[in-house]
Amino acid sequence: MSNRKPETGAFFQRDRQWHPPAYTPEYKTSVVRSPQRALISFDNTLSEITGPVFGHSMLGELDADLIYNYAKPGESAIGQRIIVRGRVVDERGKGVAGALLEFWQANAGGRYRHKREGYLAALDPNFGGCGRTITDDDGYYRFRTVKPGAYPWPNGVNDWRPAHIHFSVFGHGFAQRLITQMYFEGDPMIWNCPIVKSIPDKAAIEQLIAALDMNNTIPMDARAYKFDIVLRGRRSTLFENRMEGN
Amino acid sequence: MVQQLGYLKETPSQTAGPYVHIGCTPNFCEITGVYENDLGISMVNDKTLGERITLRGRVFDGTGTPLRDALLEIWQADSKGLYNSPSELRGTADPNFTGWGRCPTDMETAEYRFETVKPGQVPFKDGRMMAPHVTVWIVARGINIGLQTRVYFDDEKEANDKDPILQRIEHRNRVPTLIAKRDGSSYVFDIYLQGDKETIFFDV
Repeated sequence: MSNRKPETGAFFQRDRQWHPPAYTPEYKTSVVRSPQRALISFDNTLSEITGPVFGHSMLGELDADLIYNYAKPGESAIGQRIIVRGRVVDERGKGVAGALLEFWQANAGGRYRHKREGYLAALDPNFGGCGRTITDDDGYYRFRTVKPGAYPWPNGVNDWRPAHIHFSVFGHGFAQRLITQMYFEGDPMIWNCPIVKSIPDKAAIEQLIAALDMNNTIPMDARAYKFDIVLRGRRSTLFENRMEGN
Repeated sequence: MVQQLGYLKETPSQTAGPYVHIGCTPNFCEITGVYENDLGISMVNDKTLGERITLRGRVFDGTGTPLRDALLEIWQADSKGLYNSPSELRGTADPNFTGWGRCPTDMETAEYRFETVKPGQVPFKDGRMMAPHVTVWIVARGINIGLQTRVYFDDEKEANDKDPILQRIEHRNRVPTLIAKRDGSSYVFDIYLQGDKETIFFDV
């Protein structure tokens, strides 16, 4: 973003019919954690238009390599090796440069490294489950990991999460802040999951399913999945009598 | 048929889940050696300008139980009212203040705590000044899309009375849900997700 003029327009209104509503009783925890009053809407002020940005210099060498970033020297995480790659764009289709992405996931057996997690699948001593990267000047990113396993969770008697990777995304304004989950093409578990089904529109769910991308596979090493992310777009602003931002 | 506008749809939100710490604050959940520090744990240093304050509180669900698995982020102006952001064109913010903080609620006490400075005033788009405020974003298991609210300060009554956002809230008896109470050098801001005391959340 170094050679680009920062944008200062307000963000497009968020389409809250596209996102999951707060109250989704099939996902039981949402019942007592969902606000019941109407949200109060107002156009962005400087407090929402601005946001923190992060420099590539904060990244460590292995931050985007979950196979090695927690592993002992000479060892690596167990599981199917994959590359996840894609582009962060906004609703106008413009690449979002310098976007910080943080990701976390269960290991190949479906076990998270967390003290509150009690699933009997084994921990992998060489897998921590966190990574991060920052998009390049055109909005592209990539990282390497192992494909996470599905796992059971206490909701219904026999509910299982489909394999997924959590993403936390920063754009350029705090109103673009987003947390979501990426699913994998072909996983039949996706369509049974109460968390997935909190999203009302099938096309919106499909936006979260990464496609197997054999062209970006590294032969004899790792398969690739493509996961593009769309953040809110900005309106143009009138600044010094010139339109900016598009 | 008309021309297509060609806009894309925003990626839909999904809950941060119970293990948000792994990705956002790994050291907090004992995943050490990957990142040196958890991002956003420190907003100030010994050169930061302005009045040092602590902002703390808890997040309650509809049964009155505090959340021990929530993650909060705050975003605020520096003590002079400038944001540390490339989109801030009015001046240069204090380089010793990040303006952004991240804190998980404590797994035992359920409290969150930010060491920060009291923000200055920032103009509304029509030029009127907004009262000093901090933007808060809350995610957790059971929250399908991050909740956004604002913290105002109870010792800024005059500015609060003129604040363009607070002024437009129809139900005046809900305004106090946005106002933190001073307690020594701390401001206490409890958040109620649901119920009679439900905090005002914004769609911005």
